Amino acid sequence: MNAPAPLAEIDESGLAALFDALVRRGRTVVGPTVKDDAIVLAELGSAAELPHGWGVETEPGGYRLRPRTDRAAFAHSAGPQSWKTFLHPPRARLWQADRASDGTVTVREDDAPAPRYAFLGVRPCDLRAIAVQDRVLTAGAYRDPVYGRRRDGVFLIVVECTEPGGVCFCTSMGTGPGLPEGSAFDLALTETAGPGGLSYLIRAGSPEGSELLAELPARPTDGVRARAAVAGAAGRMGREVDASDLRALMAGTMTAERWNQVADRCLTCGNCTMVCPTCFCTTTEETTDLTGDHAERWRRWDSCFDLDFSHLHGVGPVRSSARSRYRQWLTHKLGTWYDQFGSSGCVGCGRCIAWCPVGIDITEEVTALRAESGAAGAR
Amino acid sequence: MTPVPYRVADRRQESADTVTLTLAPAAHALPPFRPGQFAMLYAFGVGEAPLSVSGISGNLLHHTVRAVGKVSEALCRAEPGNWIGVRGPYGTAWPTPPAGDDVLVVAGGIGLAPLRPVIVESLARSGRLSVLVGYREPGEQLFPAELPLWRRRAQVLVTVDRPTPGWQGPVGLVTALLDTADCRTDRCTAFLCGPEPMMRATVGELLRRGVPAERIVLSLERNMHCGTGWCGHCQLGPLLLCRDGPVVDWARAGEPLSVSER
Repeated sequence: MNAPAPLAEIDESGLAALFDALVRRGRTVVGPTVKDDAIVLAELGSAAELPHGWGVETEPGGYRLRPRTDRAAFAHSAGPQSWKTFLHPPRARLWQADRASDGTVTVREDDAPAPRYAFLGVRPCDLRAIAVQDRVLTAGAYRDPVYGRRRDGVFLIVVECTEPGGVCFCTSMGTGPGLPEGSAFDLALTETAGPGGLSYLIRAGSPEGSELLAELPARPTDGVRARAAVAGAAGRMGREVDASDLRALMAGTMTAERWNQVADRCLTCGNCTMVCPTCFCTTTEETTDLTGDHAERWRRWDSCFDLDFSHLHGVGPVRSSARSRYRQWLTHKLGTWYDQFGSSGCVGCGRCIAWCPVGIDITEEVTALRAESGAAGAR
Repeated sequence: MTPVPYRVADRRQESADTVTLTLAPAAHALPPFRPGQFAMLYAFGVGEAPLSVSGISGNLLHHTVRAVGKVSEALCRAEPGNWIGVRGPYGTAWPTPPAGDDVLVVAGGIGLAPLRPVIVESLARSGRLSVLVGYREPGEQLFPAELPLWRRRAQVLVTVDRPTPGWQGPVGLVTALLDTADCRTDRCTAFLCGPEPMMRATVGELLRRGVPAERIVLSLERNMHCGTGWCGHCQLGPLLLCRDGPVVDWARAGEPLSVSER
């Protein structure tokens, strides 16, 4: 029997060494950085670009940067983007077509290789979101080539959450703040800030992760402080929701009065769908150049809140009311997602709450729908 | 996932705004289509549209297209020899009715197109075949050249909402024809395609007459951009119609279709 591997930790210089090792391996490192008064995800040049010393404050309809008293780089909750920006890009060219003088058309798939990404700082909630999009876009009968090319070979560095935000509810959805058993990742870090500076509990989850870890200046640790930080985070969630049997709850809400109440507030702007790390809907655009003989087919993110989304000739929009469009979004996310893809579409990241301009709170809506459903059941 | 080149081998004008195209592979054929399944047809420089097959003969695909938008207008303008890109086959197929069962086909307008292969296959079966079609106007009638052939073997009843001078047939909703349909409701598989209000009304009548929900099969339509389950547009409650449809029985479609704006 092998003895359990001892726990290892690195310090801030070790984090820089990790970054450099990724770059040496030809990886394009994407991680959090401060830009435009937010912590965004972007291609980074060095570990120094991480948002050291910045946290965030979130609330329904609100997100603000907040300076921290320590140098922590990952002590912030979800920003306006998620990793889908890189795996399932907002715009992608699907193919180009050229028409010859004899009318013959040649179609070329856009199959340029994707960058070899390393994602640094993936939260457990967002790791689950990637797994959810994997199922939608690659696990069915057809594998989405755009997503597949980008997803293949991504090096995932998870950072467990120690600083949940005001709109977070990952504990309710079972996705965080620690890394759930059975998660697929390459490296996992847990950041703690102490008098001696930053330290990172580090574990490998794949052969490539182990190989990289072996190159880092790691020292043994008991991991107690890191474990305590994650356990503490679980008790500081900004929100919680009863997520039991959401599929059945949602299926029973079709005629709920609550949809009218939420429709009075919802602007149908679609922000929630843009920031949601699992929302995957797209539309297509056909463009031609001035000769008319070169055409391109593009795909871009779409939103079920858009009136055109459900357009049918002779009918118009199938879902014309705000009530029906919000109901579609929520009952899909929490209910019919199970029927279609075998899991919940919500990971509890809270982005839809923070970026809703009128502060509609998904946890509050679920609670209200459950109360209405319970009251109806009791009658 | 790019369109495969096909050529228009034949073009037949069915009515003022509807054309049946016969498409032949320019080089390699797509995997075989089954009746009920659909293709994404690509008009160069205009875009793609989902269209059920209205016939399959060997490598040839038949699509009956009504000009209702930019893509379908471009497809309707296509001439023999023109290039059309095709992706597919996508979605579910019409089921084979149990041996000895009667077949009842109820169509509304262009909804007859995906049902044409059901009719053609049923002509060769034992058991009764009844075809009920409703159009808005007599001028919209499809497949006029084939009707005499169908009538030799099957009951074909056509009704219109707005008769024009010279129309001798019934006037009114297609559901009014159900009373005269030549089929045994206890031994019948019903195939439906048309506008949703028409299908809902027909299903209501069929259930009332004792046809079980599992024997009532519909071809449904929703906005669609990919055909492959990625774009999210074709959701109908728990169903992704490009994947779980377009052919769905009432046992599965009934619940989501009973909710308005679902």
